[in-house]
Formats: sequence, C-alpha cells, structure tokens
Amino acid sequence: MAAAALTCIPLLSRAQTSLNSLSAVVHVTAPEKIVARRNSVQEVPLRVEVKSGFHVNSNTPADEYLIPLKFTLNPGILELVEVVYPKPVLQKFSFSEKPVSVFEGNFQAQAKVKVPASAPVGLTQLLGKLRYQACNDRMCLPPRTLEIKVPVEIRN
Amino acid sequence: MHVSFRTAWLTAVALLAGCSQQPGGKAHAAADPGKDRKPAPAFTLKDSDGKPVRLSDFKGKVVLLNFWATWCGPCKIEIPWFIDFEQKYKDRGFAVIGVSMDEEGWEVVKPYIARNRVNYRIVVGDDKIAQDYGGVESLPTTFLIDKTGAIAKTHVGLVSKSDYENEILQLLDGSSRAHVHPSPFSRSN
Repeated sequence: MAAAALTCIPLLSRAQTSLNSLSAVVHVTAPEKIVARRNSVQEVPLRVEVKSGFHVNSNTPADEYLIPLKFTLNPGILELVEVVYPKPVLQKFSFSEKPVSVFEGNFQAQAKVKVPASAPVGLTQLLGKLRYQACNDRMCLPPRTLEIKVPVEIRN
Repeated sequence: MHVSFRTAWLTAVALLAGCSQQPGGKAHAAADPGKDRKPAPAFTLKDSDGKPVRLSDFKGKVVLLNFWATWCGPCKIEIPWFIDFEQKYKDRGFAVIGVSMDEEGWEVVKPYIARNRVNYRIVVGDDKIAQDYGGVESLPTTFLIDKTGAIAKTHVGLVSKSDYENEILQLLDGSSRAHVHPSPFSRSN
C-alpha cells in the first residue's frame, strides 16, 4: 500500500474557512488504496505528523476534560475491530501540574477493519473520522475532526 | 445553542488590537495607545443562570474578556488568577467575563465552574463572538477593555499573572504593582 497525500477533508460546519495555519499543525496520511479479501481483517495504517512544538492528546488522556485522539469508522460494509495506538509520552508542560499523556512528532495508529464474508466483491470506500486536539506549551487549538476516505477493493 | 467553535477559524485579519494569532507564535500584549484603540465589539450572551450578559452593561469598568475552554490546559492555569483579580478589584470598577468555547456548552461548563468556584460571569460563546473578536483561533485569548469600552490589550496564549495585574492596574488608575513577580510566561513587548 503506497501512502499518499491524504484525502482528509476537514469537517467544516457553518463558517467555511480556508485551510489556514491551523491545518499545518497536524497532518494525517492514509493508504492510497486497500485491497482486502472477504472474511479477513485488514490493517489500515494512519500516519500522523504533529508539528514540532505541538502535541495532541493521546487516546487515553488522564484528565477527563481533555479531548482524546480517536479514530472512528462510519457505518458501512467494513467493521472496525480495534484501533491500535502507539504508546503515548507522559510529558510535563508549564500549564500542567501532572504529566500529560500525549503524542508528539510522527506516529502511526493502526485501524483494524473486518471485511465480512458477505461483503460484495468490488470497490467500496472506508469512511472514517479522526478527531484530535492540539496544544503547545502555552496555547491550545480547537479540536478538529478529519474525514478519512480510503478506496477499498474487496476480492474473493 | 450548538457552538461550532471549531469552524470559526478565520485567518487572523485586522485584529482589533493588532495581535498576531499564529499558532505557536509569541503571545504579546498589543499595547495600543488610547487614541488608537478600537471599540470592543458588542455582544449579548447568557450566563449560567440564563441571564443576559451585555458588554455594554460594563461600560465605565475595566473588563478582562477571556476566551477559554475546559479542554484547554493553559486556560485553566489562568482561571485562578482571574478569580483573584475579580475579588481584589471588583470594587474598583473591574470585571472579568469568561467566554467558554466548549462545543458541549453548559453541560460541561457548569460543573467546571462550580467545581472551581469561579466568581465571575461566564458565558458560552458562539461563532459570531469569535469572529467579531478577530477570529479567535487559539485559546486562551484575552482582551483587556478599558473604561470607554475600547480594547487596550490583547493576549494570545498563556501570560503571567503579574503582566495581567500590571495592565489591569494601569487601566484602573494608571498605577502598577510596586514589584513584579517572576514572569516565565511573559512575552509582552
């Protein structure tokens, strides 16, 4: 699977905005295409790059108020089995009394999706969302949800 | 009211107080001289009791207008400072107004402010107020509004308590603290 520049379309609600500097803080790359067999579990790597100086909350932040990194799969032919996230870093920041569980730099999450035995052969799409919230040591950017689209070819 | 705060990101344009809002950029106080200060945009939003909070009701007072959210770590460092300022200076014509940009609104904000004994007015913001105030991109973003209702200072990101306090005192009566606390976060010009 060749990684490709992402087809990640930020979900924008009422106020349309240009892809401003905020979008440069986190980049996500998904496979260009997936080929999968029926009745199999396919791993879908999601490569995340966080701009130097920033971090995103991990999938298991200690503080209940923090917004975790989370990948979800839209209902459809494919079924999400689990998402394997990397081991987070416990980082102490000037604004936190306790270390914060975060991801920094480049990391990869693996979404494991099941292709049911009854899945129709042919082309379909994996549609999902990756939600994250980024900060540096002095300020936080609003949580964002990226739409993930990956073409999937299902074979026998 | 659903707050789609996450989409209110406009490229920083003509901020009312001329402060940069680039992520990761320095926070600095845009120190506008009195004659160059722009009026703070009017707003009416409801507090936790459902009562309207109008900026116009605070004319004649110095107002610290703080955009924050419960998911914002740096914001939560500042809140105790603002509680202190409200207590110390309210009788001198000062008020803090907190604008929460939590998408979940009062469902998360009410328990938070109760737990932290916030003593100043909190409202839940929306796209409009974020846009009116120059397109609030990062949190915390804080405006100091003078007695005439004009924006005197803007801070993007965490700033030291002493910096805030000096600015408040200057706006109240032209004074400042006799000593300055160490300000590791201060990046004022």
